Amino acid sequence: MAEMLPLKDRIRLEQVPMKEQSPDVRIHNFKEVPLGYTREEAIREAQRCLQCKNPTCMRGCPAEINIPLFIKYIVEEDFKNAYFTILNTDALPAVTGRVCPQEEQCQRECVLNHQGKPIAIGRLERFVADWARENHVHAEHPNNMNNKKNLKVAVVGSGPAGLTCSADLAKMGYDVTLFEALHKPGGVLVYGIPEFRLPKEIVEYEVKEIEQMGVHVICNYVVGATEGVDDLKKDFDAIFLANGAGAPRFMNIPGENMNDVYSANEFLTRSNLMKAYRFPEYDTPINIGKIAATIGAGNVAMDSARTALRLGAEKSYIIYRRSRTEIPARLEEVHHAEEEGVIFHFLTLPIQILGDKDGKVTGMECIKMSLGEPDQSGRRSPVPIEGSNFVLEIDMVIDAIGTMANPIVARSAQDVEVNRWGYFKVDETTKMTTDEGIFAGGDIIRGSATVISAVGDGKSAARAIHAYLSSGNSLRKK
Amino acid sequence: MYKIIKKETLYQNIHALWIEVPEIARAVQPGQFIILMTKEKGERIPLTVADYDREKGYIDIVFQVAGKTTKELSFFNEGDYLYSVIGPLGKKSDIDFFGTVVLVGGGTGIACIHPIARNLKQAGNKVITIIGARTKELIIMEKELKEVSDELIVTTDDGSYGKKGFVTNILKEKLDHDHTIKKIWAIGPPIMMKVTASVTKSYPVDTIVSLNAIMVDGTGMCGSCRVSIGGETKMVCTDGPEFDAQLVDWDEFMNRMNRYRKAEERSLQYYENHIKRQGQGEV
Ligand SMILES: Cc1cc2nc3c(=O)[nH]c(=O)nc-3n(C[C@H](O)[C@H](O)[C@H](O)COP(=O)(O)OP(=O)(O)OC[C@H]3O[C@@H](n4cnc5c(N)ncnc54)[C@H](O)[C@@H]3O)c2cc1C
Ligand SMILES: Cc1cc2nc3c(=O)[nH]c(=O)nc-3n(C[C@H](O)[C@H](O)[C@H](O)COP(=O)(O)OP(=O)(O)OC[C@H]3O[C@@H](n4cnc5c(N)ncnc54)[C@H](O)[C@@H]3O)c2cc1C
Ligand code: SF4
Ligand code: SF4
Ligand code: FES
Repeated sequence: MAEMLPLKDRIRLEQVPMKEQSPDVRIHNFKEVPLGYTREEAIREAQRCLQCKNPTCMRGCPAEINIPLFIKYIVEEDFKNAYFTILNTDALPAVTGRVCPQEEQCQRECVLNHQGKPIAIGRLERFVADWARENHVHAEHPNNMNNKKNLKVAVVGSGPAGLTCSADLAKMGYDVTLFEALHKPGGVLVYGIPEFRLPKEIVEYEVKEIEQMGVHVICNYVVGATEGVDDLKKDFDAIFLANGAGAPRFMNIPGENMNDVYSANEFLTRSNLMKAYRFPEYDTPINIGKIAATIGAGNVAMDSARTALRLGAEKSYIIYRRSRTEIPARLEEVHHAEEEGVIFHFLTLPIQILGDKDGKVTGMECIKMSLGEPDQSGRRSPVPIEGSNFVLEIDMVIDAIGTMANPIVARSAQDVEVNRWGYFKVDETTKMTTDEGIFAGGDIIRGSATVISAVGDGKSAARAIHAYLSSGNSLRKK
Repeated sequence: MYKIIKKETLYQNIHALWIEVPEIARAVQPGQFIILMTKEKGERIPLTVADYDREKGYIDIVFQVAGKTTKELSFFNEGDYLYSVIGPLGKKSDIDFFGTVVLVGGGTGIACIHPIARNLKQAGNKVITIIGARTKELIIMEKELKEVSDELIVTTDDGSYGKKGFVTNILKEKLDHDHTIKKIWAIGPPIMMKVTASVTKSYPVDTIVSLNAIMVDGTGMCGSCRVSIGGETKMVCTDGPEFDAQLVDWDEFMNRMNRYRKAEERSLQYYENHIKRQGQGEV
């Protein structure tokens, strides 16, 4: 068992770095980029934790993980209890440990962040989850389920919000049915985020663990088409809507419907969910040009530009209308993209996609921008510089400028009100919609956000559903 | 997993499958489609629901072998299972009383017009159905369509059966002589629908086409199926598949149908080599 170091030593230590595949190797494969901590590295990093009496780090974790406790178990080399500690509140630890924006969550609140070297909480979480998976350590569920309640909850959408809510409710003894439109559960975790950031095998594993808790996962079920929310009301006592903000947004510029112009959703879905990167072993094709232009600079754009390189594009551009300081993607992802050779065109706005009569893309007309006054969001808004038009030679385009609400679910829920963007209106704390007994969370209440905010919503909704049902209410009685 | 209850070969390359999916059979309406996958490594392909039995919980699809997936599907038999089936997708046809309506079907589009014809007939319309194919054997579902039409006209390109010529020629004759025609549905290969649109343009009728755009999810999530309708971008899977033929940007639509031509050929070849190694169609 590793020992607790004296405080003065702990404070002096530097964060343990995580090894990665080198850029020239990794752009030729779809394997994960960061390689994870070894046992020794994890223990060394865990030893730095001050085990604060008032652990501020926890304030930053919507998954409510008992951070100092699981880190203490790592130091004691009791990885099993470290795992159980995390699993107690977070049903997706290998996922959150990888893609949660830790630097803005727990790690920002860590006391050691003042010195610029917060504990690498996410990496430790990832280590513990990977250890458990590799060593076949499973949660010990009360398999007698002696707390079983005869109450049924329907969850719509199997992204992080739906999965978390299902897991929490199952633990409380509810009979949970999770409906998913696609043929695989996981939401953006399986169709959006690429294999090289989040291996699908890991998502599959964590979903299986949730199914082990008794959650019935029903794929190939499009709520709003196969059956509407209002039909589900007859069979379930409460409903949680977590269908994400999955509809693609386009620029609405001329040429956008030409053949090799993709939405990031289509491009990433073909590559990740349908595994086009293994075509023709997998049937779904994808087209790759010599020079790919991705419009936008969020996480989705970074993922698209990096995927294009791996699929064989000779050059991959990011086209962004603001400057480097305004990039919305995680710094780590921008850094990874640049290492791999993605070229950034800042202060550039596409105004037209050019092509031939067969629909083949030949270039993109852009205009240069300058930054004006800050807008409501506090960011300086870009203004076109007149006469600065130029043509970029490219032969494929990926629109990664954001998503919006898909109305399919909302249309089948008559009494659930939406706001002017089509997102469900909910009570801040309970996540209850305007139709009592129906709750909602994740991207479908606020627009595209993060995995961890979806997880947080899933948890608050589970709690509120429990409160609603335990006071004798039910959709079936309404 | 979704069980195949019955398989029927209508002609060499045209097959019908009855699949057990009670939830879809219960909800489906004329004009709607499903998306299926043969296997986990398969592609998601859209197919129109040609018929349904709500009580038994069955749906019927009719497809023509066009490439890898439809070829593989043609080897599926009664008792086999499909990996995935979702639906019903898309908007239902606008069924109402219009007076006289004409349904024009080409290729597997003939199967797609069947539930629409039946419902239009039930709504009290006079239903004229015109179906066409290259040659006699390719004419499918003649009997079923006769039952739901007031008049059925068959055409073949080579004159081997029915009238010789294209469905559009017959349609034009009808429009010149029968002024009670209010609405036309034309479903078939893109070129047939495009020509129909240009024929009916100068007549005071509404023309509806069902676009067979290339899809992935079928729920409005990816944008693969997008088309320009009257200058606006629409998703065929959620805004369609039926649209006003006069508003469709046909050149753009037909270009987009060719997006994966090369890859599709490669996929079929890869599959055929695989079959050769196995000795037969593999399920
Ligand atoms: C490419 C990409 C990269 C990202 N990278 C990061 C990152 O690094 N870190 C981070 O924190 N966040 C990231 N995000 C954002 C994050 O993934 C989302 O905020 C999060 O997944 C939202 O979770 P959710 O549960 O609300 O919805 P989703 O994950 O969108 O899941 C919704 C599910 O509902 C299903 N559904 C939709 N309609 C229906 C219906 N009618 N019936 C049944 N099911 C339906 C969908 O198929 C889907 O499975 C990324 C997003 C993308 C697209
Ligand atoms: C709403 C809708 C309803 C349809 N109904 C029927 C039907 O009832 N019967 C029938 O025989 N066919 C129907 N189709 C067409 C059918 O989906 C294609 O024939 C099938 O996808 C071909 O796949 P493949 O792998 O066999 O051939 P491929 O070699 O992959 O493709 C052959 C051609 O089919 C089209 N196609 C390819 N992939 C897709 C895809 N994922 N989605 C749509 N089209 C594609 C392309 O034009 C392509 O050139 C419908 C299409 C749509 C959009
Ligand atoms: S889930 Fe996110 S916020 Fe919570 S401890 Fe893990 S990395 Fe930190
Ligand atoms: S705030 Fe930082 S040092 Fe303190 S317990 Fe949390 S992780 Fe450890
Ligand atoms: S098929 Fe994806 S949006 Fe229509």
